[in-house]
Amino acid sequence: MKATSHSVEGVEVIKLDGKITIGAGDQQLRDVISNAINAGKNKILLDMGGVSTIDSSGIGELVGSFTTVTNRGGKLKLLHLPAKLNELLHVTQLITVFEVYENEKDAIASY
Amino acid sequence: MPHDFQGSMERNVERIEITISSRFENIELVQVIAEHLCENAGVDEDGSHWIGMAVREAVANAIKHGNKLDIRKKVSAVFELAGHDLEITIQDEGAGFDPEKVSDPLNPQNLMKTSGRGIFYMKTFMDRIAWSFNPGGGTSLVMTKNLEKASGMASTNA
Repeated sequence: MKATSHSVEGVEVIKLDGKITIGAGDQQLRDVISNAINAGKNKILLDMGGVSTIDSSGIGELVGSFTTVTNRGGKLKLLHLPAKLNELLHVTQLITVFEVYENEKDAIASY
Repeated sequence: MPHDFQGSMERNVERIEITISSRFENIELVQVIAEHLCENAGVDEDGSHWIGMAVREAVANAIKHGNKLDIRKKVSAVFELAGHDLEITIQDEGAGFDPEKVSDPLNPQNLMKTSGRGIFYMKTFMDRIAWSFNPGGGTSLVMTKNLEKASGMASTNA
């Protein structure tokens, strides 16, 4: 998994590309979030548009990231959900937990 | 039993077997076999993806919880396709577990847990899953799917 980030109006937009799976991207996602939090950034928008595969460990890490950011008084939201990830969030009922946006402008304005 | 033998030949059984060491990077090898087998059998890309996902979760559990990441221990996967009926057996060398004690990830108390969704995925994407535990060690998971019902998105198959 590759992560690239840029800041827009105080919101850290982190674009994730590739796989978030057990033993690989899951640990990377944890590190990316913890680095952002440690740098004082607690408004985080994860751009999931480039995520090709996510397994139950990846979904678990997404939930863990949400909890970490929320516990620090911040907000973690999702942008550009691929169809299969959207489907997985529905079957796991986690779609009720995450705020999901289809375009970056709307997402930034929501913080 | 010549008649029975002829009958099984007519069913055109496809059998593929692979054995891997307990490394996470080997999971994809097994997942890809599942996806290609399904696509070759006429299942669309989405349907093949979800079956591949169930296989991924089963192999990940075998490596992590069954074999405890011990690379000397093996995970075997057997795919048998007879007509539209796909049966997948994933076997590890672990001590087993009690399926009754696996918590429901849809329970609101468990919704924010960071683990415990793998078996739920398998149940969602496959028709039937069942475990058997060898008293001498080793767990076998058998998952079945009728590929005629395998197309489309996960929620329509659940």
